Amino acid sequence: MARHSLEVTTMIELLAPALLAGLAVAVVAGPMGAFVVWRRMAFFGDTMANSALLGAALALALQVNLYLAVIAACLTVAVVLVGLQRQRQIADDTLLGIVAHITLALGVIALSLQDSVQVDLFAYLFGDLLAVGWSDVLALWTGATLILVLLIWQWRPLLSITVNEDLARVEGVAVTRTRLLLMLLLALLITGAIRTVGVLLITSLLVMPAAGARRLAHTPEQMALFASLIGLVSVTLGLALSWYGNTPVGPSIVVAAAVLFGLTLLRRPTS
Amino acid sequence: MTEALVTVDHAALTLGGQAVLEDVSLTLAPGRITTLIGPNGAGKSTLARLVLGLTRPDRGRVVRRPGLTLGYMPQHLRVDGSLPLTVDRFLWLAAPGRTGARRDALQRTGVAHLRRRAVRQLSGGEMQRVLLARALLRQPDLLVLDEPAQGVDVAGQDALYGLLGQVRDETGCGILLISHDLHLVMARTDEVVCLHHHVCCSGTPEAVSRDPAYQRLFGTHGMANLALYTHQHDHDHDISGDVHEGHDHGAAQPGGHHHD
Repeated sequence: MARHSLEVTTMIELLAPALLAGLAVAVVAGPMGAFVVWRRMAFFGDTMANSALLGAALALALQVNLYLAVIAACLTVAVVLVGLQRQRQIADDTLLGIVAHITLALGVIALSLQDSVQVDLFAYLFGDLLAVGWSDVLALWTGATLILVLLIWQWRPLLSITVNEDLARVEGVAVTRTRLLLMLLLALLITGAIRTVGVLLITSLLVMPAAGARRLAHTPEQMALFASLIGLVSVTLGLALSWYGNTPVGPSIVVAAAVLFGLTLLRRPTS
Repeated sequence: MTEALVTVDHAALTLGGQAVLEDVSLTLAPGRITTLIGPNGAGKSTLARLVLGLTRPDRGRVVRRPGLTLGYMPQHLRVDGSLPLTVDRFLWLAAPGRTGARRDALQRTGVAHLRRRAVRQLSGGEMQRVLLARALLRQPDLLVLDEPAQGVDVAGQDALYGLLGQVRDETGCGILLISHDLHLVMARTDEVVCLHHHVCCSGTPEAVSRDPAYQRLFGTHGMANLALYTHQHDHDHDISGDVHEGHDHGAAQPGGHHHD
């Protein structure tokens, strides 16, 4: 009996920070994922996530704060991409494919040049949720709250530029500023998510809950909310799967999200 | 003379190496309906985008009256299938918090019944009316409509132009209309600007239709349409389609194409 309660205590001690950290990412990945799906930015998000790895490598090399370096790398790549998209020589998805893999390759090389980072690389690529501590949980929820507050505050302009940028501009929305805000929020989210699900899996946590929510929602707000809920359940189920099945956490969460998305396919799509 | 809403002053714009607009000047005044006509690719939409501030000219300038409220009805608007959006939410983007105003605007353009419909399920004509409702909702000083009659049947077009005249009379707003056929809008417009990268001619519809520059652009086909139109419309339609006998416009009867 005593042994059993000890086990439960250990489980809670190990899993509670992981669960809370994962939930912080999921709750924000819902609405952000909705925008990624609406604006067809999945590949863009992927590219930003890959540049996060480069940022992490630079942080290690230059001995600077990891999160600051990652967010700086994400934003730099985002701004460069937006600039490059203005030219019409290379198609957008080709451009993204090129930049995504350049940043990924450079990130892996930069990491490999440093001592004793073999374990770290895997953690950055696929996440290491079980390694997060209470300070991470606090940081993640602070970031999540910040993102949610900004999203709610700027919801209408964000939605307006998503529906039609010309109409938004004529109606007085600061289109460029709003688009930059969306990228900043995405960079913030990726920075938080790098420690939980890893750079290679963050796009799926953005896209799958939102795609699943689309089939249940009648309004943009419903879709964002349902995506958050699907994300929350995915994280919880993924952690449980990882705990009982001894599987890696990040991929387990993605598998859980995929199963939930599969379930939504059974339902007839809404208009 | 009231202050101009928007003045385009010797504007020129090159896009992708192609001179789309060359030395174009245009003044839009309150309470006037100006129609921009010209063949496809003549730069009509680009000029409208200059007026709206969506594009900047390479040379020349565009001056908007300070504090000007614009209403814009684009030629096309496609909402991505991944975005669930009802007509009411679509209008909310332009004017939040005023459910009654949104309902009134839809009523006005004759599509109140579509309020809860998904934007994606609308037909072309329905979408045009919803777009017009969104533009009107902002009570604009200047309404810019890019090919508003697209996807609308003839009776609908007549009602649409009637509605625009009504809006102008009630609110005193200026209207800039883009069309590729003059005969449709002739009776409802105060000024016609014929554009083919530069302003070929401008003035009253009658004057423009007699202008050699206009005749070169549109040929006798346009002339025939014009004659047919002036013949048909020596009366007025109201928005429900009733015909009222009216005075003869006494318009030009060019080229003997007037049908009796």
